[in-house]
Amino acid sequence: MKKSKADPKGVLTGSHFMDGDYALAEGGLAAGCRYFGGYPITPSTETAERFSERIPYVGGVFIQMEDELGSIASLIGAVWGGKKAMTVTSGPGFSLMMENIGLACMMETPLVIANVQRGGPSTGLPTLTGQQDMMQARWGSHGDYEIIALSPDSPQECFDLTIEAFNLSETYRVPVFVMTDECIGHMHEKVVIPPAEEIELVERKWYKGPKNKYLPYKNDTDGIPFMVKVGDGYRFHTTGLTRDERGYPLLNAECQATCVSHLIDKIKDNADKIIHLKETDIDNAEILVMSYGITSRVSIKAVQEAKKTGIKVGTMQLKTVWPFPEKRIKELAGKVKAIVFPEINAGQVVLEAERVVGDKCKVVSVPHYGGWVHNPEDILNAIKEAAK
Amino acid sequence: MNKEDQNTEKNPIEEILRMDRMPHIWCPGCGIGTVVTSFAEALRKEKYDLDKIAIVSGIGCTGRVAGYTKLDSFHTTHGRAIPFATGLKLAKPDTKVVVFSGDGDISGIGGNHLIHAARRNMDLVVICVNNFNYAMTGGQVAATTPKDANASTAPYGNFENAFNLPYITEAAGATYVARWTALHLRRVTKSIQEALNKRGFSFIEVITPCVTLYARRNRLGDGLNLLKYYYDMSEIQHGADTRTLDISYQGKLIVGKFVDKEKPTFLDAMNKHLSSVLGDKYQLYGDNND
Repeated sequence: MKKSKADPKGVLTGSHFMDGDYALAEGGLAAGCRYFGGYPITPSTETAERFSERIPYVGGVFIQMEDELGSIASLIGAVWGGKKAMTVTSGPGFSLMMENIGLACMMETPLVIANVQRGGPSTGLPTLTGQQDMMQARWGSHGDYEIIALSPDSPQECFDLTIEAFNLSETYRVPVFVMTDECIGHMHEKVVIPPAEEIELVERKWYKGPKNKYLPYKNDTDGIPFMVKVGDGYRFHTTGLTRDERGYPLLNAECQATCVSHLIDKIKDNADKIIHLKETDIDNAEILVMSYGITSRVSIKAVQEAKKTGIKVGTMQLKTVWPFPEKRIKELAGKVKAIVFPEINAGQVVLEAERVVGDKCKVVSVPHYGGWVHNPEDILNAIKEAAK
Repeated sequence: MNKEDQNTEKNPIEEILRMDRMPHIWCPGCGIGTVVTSFAEALRKEKYDLDKIAIVSGIGCTGRVAGYTKLDSFHTTHGRAIPFATGLKLAKPDTKVVVFSGDGDISGIGGNHLIHAARRNMDLVVICVNNFNYAMTGGQVAATTPKDANASTAPYGNFENAFNLPYITEAAGATYVARWTALHLRRVTKSIQEALNKRGFSFIEVITPCVTLYARRNRLGDGLNLLKYYYDMSEIQHGADTRTLDISYQGKLIVGKFVDKEKPTFLDAMNKHLSSVLGDKYQLYGDNND
């Protein structure tokens, strides 16, 4: 994995007061993203607006595509043209992107998609928050594959995790999602952008060998194949069909097993390196509050109140939601009495917690159907109930 | 070079094909291979730098073309070849990007991208093989199926109106529009050569026989019969008013080059506009922006 420092042209070093949507764009620019293809959708539009305003000064392309199908398809093309690329969307647009997210997975194309989630299903709550696309991020395209999904809890993390998303996407040649929500997207806070030399980036894994020996899907020793870009004389082929090392279609069960297991294993086998958690007071905790995104912020109040009543509460913020931190949760399940898991959906990621802990401890879902964040009191009551 | 090599004559277009993938999947009598030959011939005649051209296909019979051409080649999703090519072109402006796909892919499921790429004058060459039906999936009715023709999902005949692709693309802003049939091999080659040398959105429709499905279902005979139809019923009218180019069932086929004009491409317009508005602060975008 070759690392480099950020190009100062894209880095707006300093302290800023900006919303999460803008911070996503700044994170992308700092990470070296020089192609943005997008389609307007509330509550994510400000990211596209910011990018369109900033990119002329940085050197790159912003294009507003005709729809989200076009946005994501154009991103894949841009990446094979050698660029780092991102887009932003929200629920309905995310649904439209699903087929080509599968293509990006199959072609092992690194790119970043930010989803500023709103309440669904369908048009749902365009201007109000939700965390209802978490399972869709993982399973939304057809077939078996693995992706990486991060979830920022603040505008600062929108910036930081977008850079992390680019680095992960380049490391594992996989689409990476930044799953934020309307609340954080429109929340203005302090965002500190460090100097370019303090931002470490993962470079694309360029192939350097002889031109006629290049195999687009031959795994390197780390399990990740090398990449090339168009115009460099490799005259390579890639396809959305099940393919062999040459990138040629090979439609049989053996090739399917090799191809699909690779797409899954390259993420699963590296889960420990990918997963990024923030834990507090975990050692003697009897109750573990698990959460991600805005819900982590809301949980703080409930946890403080619960502690006042003498309940020992630890917290785990999932900065990485997918892959799911199975190993760590299994460890903790033997130690805590219960896991309390608030999410702004009917209970999605909590299902994974339930699956992982089995009967080792109780798992309490604290659902919220969207439109607003939890009342901390609801989380507090769930903690109290679980501690009984 | 050993003796055996010396005695092996190669077809000159093999240079452009992935011979390790032959035989191809197309049916005997199908016209797609003919169009591929024209494309390869155009590259050969132009002595085109094969490292500086990429080909993008969608899904369907013609969607398989990318897989058989020995170029940087992408077999993408159904209908999305044009936006994929758009991203590729914008990321790598010094590469010529050719979209090679079928009528269902480009004008059916991908119709929105077709008109928008034309509107933007995206610098792409789009070769649209029109065989009047969805062939890969079994001969279903398409946006291009002539009225009254029979298709597997129009078993009592098609009562919908068909797209007139040259008219749509011209209206949307394409700077080069031509239509030929698979019979007009040399003219297809020449159109592709012209399109390769043009900056802007070029659209070339090539009407081709689908023997296995369209012809059989409509009892039109084999490939030769369809070529005979093209021979009898096609009429070259360069510069024809594209509004007059509707295709009726077994009716007249007006072919030719209808549009060939100059207009700034998306990137030309972007660079010119942003330079004039932002002045020196604008980072001119082009081939050196890697």
